[in-house]
Amino acid sequence: MVSHEDVKYVARLARLRVEEDELERYSGQLSSILNHIDKISELDLTEVEPTSHVLKLSNIFREDVSRPGVSREDALANGPSVENDAFRVPAILEG
Amino acid sequence: MEYEAVIGLEIHVELSTESKMFCGCRVEFGGEPNTRTCPVCLAHPGALPVINGEAIRSIARIGLALDCSIPEKSIFHRKNYFYPDLPKGYQISQFDQPFAVEGHLDVTLENETFRVGIERVHQEEDTAKNIHAGESGRIAGSTYSMIDFNRSGTPLVEIVTKPEIHSPQVARAFLNKLKNTLLYLNVSDCNMEEGSLRCDANVSIRPVGETTLGVKTELKNMNSFKYIEKGLQQEIARQVELLKDGKRIVQQTVHYDVASGDISALRSKEEAHDYRYFPEPDLVPILASREFVEEIRANMPELPHARAQRYISGFGLSAYNAEVITASRELADYFEETIAHLDDAKTVSNWIMGELLGYLNATGQELSECKVTPEELAVLLGMIKSGQVSQNIGKDVFAQMCDTGSKAADIVATKGLTQISDETELEVLADRVIDANPAQVQQYRAGKQQVLGFFVGQIMKETKGRANPQVVNEILKKKLTG
Amino acid sequence: MNLLRLTAIEALKHMEEGTVSSLELTDAYLSQISSHDSEVSAYLKVTGAEARHEAAAIDAKKGERAPLAGLPTAIKDVLCTEGITTTCASRMLENFKPIYTATCVRQMMEADIVTLGKTNMDEFAMGSSTENSAYGPTRNPWDLGRVPGGSSGGSAAAVAAGEAIWALGSDTGGSIRQPAAFCGVVGLKPTYGSVSRYGLIAFASSFDQVGPITKNVMDAALMMRYLVGKDPLDSTSVAHPAEMKMPVKRDLSGIRMGIVKELVGEGIDPGVMTVFNDAVEKLKAAGAVIGEASLPHSDYALPAYYILAPAEASANLARFDGVRFGLRAGDTNDVTQMYEQTRSQGFGEEVKRRIMLGTYALSSGYYDAYYGQAQKVRTLIVRDFGQALDEYDLLISPTAPTTAFGLGEKTDDPLTMYKSDICTIPVNLAGLPAISIPAGLSGGLPVGFQIIGKAFTTPDLLQAAYSAELAFGFDKVSPLIEGRDQDGI
Ligand SMILES: [Mg+2]
Ligand SMILES: [Zn+2]
Repeated sequence: MVSHEDVKYVARLARLRVEEDELERYSGQLSSILNHIDKISELDLTEVEPTSHVLKLSNIFREDVSRPGVSREDALANGPSVENDAFRVPAILEG
Repeated sequence: MEYEAVIGLEIHVELSTESKMFCGCRVEFGGEPNTRTCPVCLAHPGALPVINGEAIRSIARIGLALDCSIPEKSIFHRKNYFYPDLPKGYQISQFDQPFAVEGHLDVTLENETFRVGIERVHQEEDTAKNIHAGESGRIAGSTYSMIDFNRSGTPLVEIVTKPEIHSPQVARAFLNKLKNTLLYLNVSDCNMEEGSLRCDANVSIRPVGETTLGVKTELKNMNSFKYIEKGLQQEIARQVELLKDGKRIVQQTVHYDVASGDISALRSKEEAHDYRYFPEPDLVPILASREFVEEIRANMPELPHARAQRYISGFGLSAYNAEVITASRELADYFEETIAHLDDAKTVSNWIMGELLGYLNATGQELSECKVTPEELAVLLGMIKSGQVSQNIGKDVFAQMCDTGSKAADIVATKGLTQISDETELEVLADRVIDANPAQVQQYRAGKQQVLGFFVGQIMKETKGRANPQVVNEILKKKLTG
Repeated sequence: MNLLRLTAIEALKHMEEGTVSSLELTDAYLSQISSHDSEVSAYLKVTGAEARHEAAAIDAKKGERAPLAGLPTAIKDVLCTEGITTTCASRMLENFKPIYTATCVRQMMEADIVTLGKTNMDEFAMGSSTENSAYGPTRNPWDLGRVPGGSSGGSAAAVAAGEAIWALGSDTGGSIRQPAAFCGVVGLKPTYGSVSRYGLIAFASSFDQVGPITKNVMDAALMMRYLVGKDPLDSTSVAHPAEMKMPVKRDLSGIRMGIVKELVGEGIDPGVMTVFNDAVEKLKAAGAVIGEASLPHSDYALPAYYILAPAEASANLARFDGVRFGLRAGDTNDVTQMYEQTRSQGFGEEVKRRIMLGTYALSSGYYDAYYGQAQKVRTLIVRDFGQALDEYDLLISPTAPTTAFGLGEKTDDPLTMYKSDICTIPVNLAGLPAISIPAGLSGGLPVGFQIIGKAFTTPDLLQAAYSAELAFGFDKVSPLIEGRDQDGI
């Protein structure tokens, strides 16, 4: 049900590398999980409101006051590649 | 065949709040890289966003100023994509429940009014800044990039128009009016050089009379309204050419090269976008109660139109002057500061319209660069009113003030430009020119009234224009007829 | 006296009276760790030196002791601790040192706990056996051939093995209650929103809650006092309306408890059912009014959960991109390559599987059928609980369908592994508070008894759980602690 193409597409979106020899395993596992999941399609829920929050909260705002953040040293401390006070990454091609 | 252009604009505005959209880091342009960050805007594991209430008040003002309706409920979504300047791997934005919808802004161009529909106004957050190594701004060629997160999480409002603009000129006029409105609202500094106002344009063409939309292309991040207008002209021309040659238009992002004036297609991302929007579980909905909306409406800053009306009815300005002065908030503020020091709105507006704008146009300066403060202009106009300096000399003095930035009083004093109204001093001069020109005296006495002008001119020459014309006239008439 | 047998509250009393010092207590736990953690592997990192230092400092303090002074605490490695490596049991964060401390941990530190270290877990809290740890599995102190449950397996095992007096865990679909059940200890998942999530490395944001794993209900109640509270840094946290008062000795007369019939049906191990049914009789004897409750849509809970949680996770884990922290793999000058290599090497199998599952459920064309539909199912589950909890004060069920299973027993088939959470997942969908307390042994292994309460009524839930605990009279400890009794420490 989840084809090799689906796995490739999804892996691409999620920036995961899936080797050719892994495709079969992933498509099999994802298919069996989705088989089980598809149970929810039995239900007619056209009249039901979706829930994205169990809490009935709204309008939680911060006051617009600035406070010092972290030092540059702390900001960069965990960086795997740091140069000239900034994070270094491979060249970005604009899309 | 005749084609018409269909243009839609997407404008991103950085709000000038004190702190960022979802954390307390200070909002400010530039600065040392990575000095205004925290776990939230660096997207460290476990960090959570909290909405900046002032940003919501700002977008509410924008929505109302654009005559939008404010739905009772709006929510944030996650827009998922990978990019090094997007630390969370998703942008907190709005999707199918934006903060404001269905508004419009009217723009006038050569006294024709165009209504531009506003599709939506939604709140989101800005990305970090990519510093492309091997700089020169060009992205191509650089082997790696550096990321500075100072900008990450700056409050960003996206304004999307309906595809209802049919000429680059109207697009530009709309952007000017929108920018001015935002400045009046005090929500952003709209500084395009610093990227606090950014604009993308979608453009397609279709045969006149056709109602369906053609294939559109996108002109991305143009850095001035002038170039947006030019870029659109170029792109429309390019599309018309294609169709005339029976070719197809491909949906793509195009780049307008300011220097060469050419349009080129940008290298497009490999895969089609699939942003996988879903409601942001770390944030709760925004409910805009009627009370909230009315409270914002009640405290809206005065907008250009209202201000122009006030100038007309309150200060007796002409409709034209009032519109020109309020067309820029900066200029209108300059005007009001000046009349605060000199209670003569008409004179002030005439000087601003004539001398000030004249000087700025001639020198290509921005008002912000002008060396003459409203207070100093008021002082100069005061000297003219009191007769200390003549109207004409006043204009020269103003020009010098603009050039040098020195005070009116100093210029007048050092160059001795004060007007001469003292009768005895002028009578001496009058006698001298009368004696020196017997022939003209004859002509005048023979009834050639206009010769009077000659004598006035002579005295003005003697006094380098400082003589008070009225007084001179009287003295001469008296002496010549006497 | 065997210090490892002391509950947190008993230990506080001893330290107050000076019969035991913080350092002695800490040393007792550190020595248990050094003698047993090589086999149990409850900890990813033990901060022994710092712990002894903190304990000594507490002993040296003059004047009134802080409320939790000297309690040797284990912290699940999903919680950020400033300057102390926090890995989430992932290669991705092998050397990650947080620059801030999670709010709930900070609150406990301000009450002067002693931090023993960071405990093992399923990578990014995705799993039910702690076998998904990039640093090897934790073993069940009751039977080292079996799993401790998960994802908070390290915390539950630490408490069960006498390697911590109590521990912090996190629960997204049962990750506190199920391991507590497998290890014969108490585990509480608070009402969603009552404990700040700031500093809890997110798995599924609308489900995650931090909670206590303790030796008994009283200790859980005590820890809750220092976990709850509105945090201005977490928009989804609220001030707990009911005061966290401590339970008192009381029977259950008049308390209406509904057995969730869908959670005691087939699929539940007979041995577990026997212990559960005996426990129910004990509750009746204690005065509880027991009846049958129903959650008609509970069959749809697991499917809905396995859409919503992975979907949220797919976004929550996007920040692990090799740019600002954590692993950066591959020496490439193409940024997409860098992402793919980093994330493929940094994440384990199960994490990748769930990211792909969640990405699939959100991808264009599938949103309505999966994510949208699952959100609506969530609404039905919330309603089901609402109706059941109108009829009953509390709902009860086994915590897990089985006792601790063998290592490697379920690793081949994700779905069977997922099913070990069928009794706990519905509660997370509704955001309700629920506790697991040990009710007895089946085949020598602990069986957990789950009690589910109304939202924000945790004190009532804890009171009932305390009464139930007294009724059950379960006093067994794992062999690793029992062994120590002879040592006469
Ligand atoms: Mg946008
Ligand atoms: Zn920040």
